[in-house]
Amino acid sequence: MDFTLTDDRRMLKDTLSRYLSDKYGMEHRNKVAYETPYHDPAKWAELAELGALFALAPEDKGGFGGQGFDISVVFEELGRALCPEPVLGSLMAARLLGAAGGDMEPLLSGEVIHAVAVDELDAPYDPADMAATAEAKGDGHVLSGRKTAVYGGQAAQVFLVAAMLNGKPALFEVQAGDAQTVTYGMMDGGGAAELMLDATPAKLLMADAGDALADAQNAGVLALCSEAVGLMEVTHAITVDYMKQRKQFGVPIGKFQVLQHRAVDMLTEIEQARSMVIKLASELDGPEAGRFAAMTKALIGEAARLVAEEAIQMHGGIAMTWEYPVSHYAKRLVMLDHQLGDTDHHLGRVIEGYAA
Amino acid sequence: MELSYSEEERAFQQEVREWLADNLPADIAEAGRAGDGLTKEMMERWHALLNSKGWLATTWPVEFGGPGWTPVERHIFEEECCRAYAPRIVPFGLSMLGPVLQAFGSKEQQDHYLPRILSGDDWWCQGYSEPGAGSDLASLKTRAVREGDHYVINGQKTWTTLGQHANKIFCLVRTSTEGKPQEGISFILVDLDTPGIEMRPIKLIEGGHEVNEVFFTDVKVPAENLVGEENKGWTIAKYLLTHERTNIAGVGFSMQALEEVKALARKVKRGGRPLIENPLFAARIARAEIQLEAMKITNLRMLFQAQSQGAPGPETSILKIKGTVIHQELRDLARRALGPAAAPFPGHVSDGNIVFGPPDTAHNAARYFNNRKTSIFGGSNEIQRNILTKTMLEM
Repeated sequence: MDFTLTDDRRMLKDTLSRYLSDKYGMEHRNKVAYETPYHDPAKWAELAELGALFALAPEDKGGFGGQGFDISVVFEELGRALCPEPVLGSLMAARLLGAAGGDMEPLLSGEVIHAVAVDELDAPYDPADMAATAEAKGDGHVLSGRKTAVYGGQAAQVFLVAAMLNGKPALFEVQAGDAQTVTYGMMDGGGAAELMLDATPAKLLMADAGDALADAQNAGVLALCSEAVGLMEVTHAITVDYMKQRKQFGVPIGKFQVLQHRAVDMLTEIEQARSMVIKLASELDGPEAGRFAAMTKALIGEAARLVAEEAIQMHGGIAMTWEYPVSHYAKRLVMLDHQLGDTDHHLGRVIEGYAA
Repeated sequence: MELSYSEEERAFQQEVREWLADNLPADIAEAGRAGDGLTKEMMERWHALLNSKGWLATTWPVEFGGPGWTPVERHIFEEECCRAYAPRIVPFGLSMLGPVLQAFGSKEQQDHYLPRILSGDDWWCQGYSEPGAGSDLASLKTRAVREGDHYVINGQKTWTTLGQHANKIFCLVRTSTEGKPQEGISFILVDLDTPGIEMRPIKLIEGGHEVNEVFFTDVKVPAENLVGEENKGWTIAKYLLTHERTNIAGVGFSMQALEEVKALARKVKRGGRPLIENPLFAARIARAEIQLEAMKITNLRMLFQAQSQGAPGPETSILKIKGTVIHQELRDLARRALGPAAAPFPGHVSDGNIVFGPPDTAHNAARYFNNRKTSIFGGSNEIQRNILTKTMLEM
């Protein structure tokens, strides 16, 4: 048994940590995260140069990682810095392209930003319910339907789109220039797009993409949950620090036992979250990845809300302000539950497993 | 035990309901439903409409222009206002300063300021909290030094709600540093046009502007603006806080939120079915509804007690704690129900016409975040627990 990182992953973690704390501080982050294009193209390129994207794919696909622990190292650091760069789309696209076969170099080098479009307004979280359809036309296919909350879609040059073809979920590549999009900034910073498909030309990548989509979603869940662990640890650290500094009634508020215990409860939930992320990372390429992804996302959904709400409450008014970092960490922690399935969605998946 | 309203109270309820149906402007009700905030003009228009009906200063005695309602009638009025999506009236002049002047002000202060509150000529804001004095309000440091017939004020106030619309501010200031901190505080009225005052906006978590910082540099205020005696301001502050506690449970607003959540959960889908059929989400709604049903009666019990004893007691802290938590939970559900459609930052969408969720839901995530304030302001829920520990448990 060994819970330490390999030397390579430790180096990757240190490199990203140093880069993000030097170049992607809170002031810069808030400047780019809430203004179009809702990320920083120059810093995106630098992050890619440091290997943040190559780490997301295995060697036989042109990367130097691709395992669960590579993914969790990268996203935990992105979380610690509250980084709004559209790396989630790259990860999920790398899993899909890895399954479909194809040149991954433009994706992994950061040259071409990819976004993955699965969710729909009436079919959030589960591709089985989706209504977008594909039909053959000429040499290729055309797609119709609306894809919602395509994360990183405001910056993407290529969309990987799930749509029903002959009753099965199929995977297509759509060039951004061919599709009508509505782009937007998100409540918690960063950007997304609505993809308005109307006989939009598309290239078929996989006719039966059910398993590949499930794998991409599991990897995406691991990424979000790793990000959440980074976010929660920073949020907790700022809160504990504030409790030691802030004086009311003549003493630091951290002297009040009621606050001490609540800070300890946050710590306990964060440790549980980290453990579940480690479990999912180790199972990501195994047969039970779906079950552990569901358990992890359900657990993190509740832990993240607790940490966000308690951090604000224990700070008092200051954490309600835009100027104070905790407000942005809290928003990200809460809105993360709206991505790739919320707490109830994943609890439901765990419960479904009991019937089998 | 009789839980229903008397015949007279029901008639009053009907009268209020009909008046609101005929007089509440549609655009104001719609702004309340959408939750994207009221403009200053809307707040002033509604203030004037209520004033012309004589229903504005609901807590004031008749001799000062109040309607002479019982606590139960006031409750009915608030309940009906929520039902119709009428906005909560801006409380700083009407619910806070008004009662203070009636109890502690001089005849001249009452004659001058009270009519101006009713007419809307003065918009008051509150100068209580400071960066170093939040829960521990008595540690406030803003100094007022008597120089001849003036006080000279230096210091900083914060969390001044809607100060950007105000022309006056009532402040707690330190006039003595001797004895206990509570014994050197005074209550003073300040015109915001006085030289040396600067108001700066505070941007909140969801991007909105409703609170401000106020800086005082050598601000000269006439000595006659002092309310009550010098160094006796803490008594006034405590008196004001009991009046801040009217409608503290916010039951009407939670009833609005519950209906919104149910309607939303019937419209949005999960797994091809309406969300409200999802047992996990339905259980969340049910738990909140059960708490709210109990809170309605807890609220009425305390109202009844206030009616028979003349003033609300310390147990109203229970209403603050539970009332805010229920409302926050419902605002969580309204955000949660939207799923991915909760993501957009209102106003940051490249095509403003595109629809994400059902009508009036675009601000659901923003409202959830904004509502985290309710368990912090007006005495945080931790402070309320301290009050209950001291007064009810006598520990």
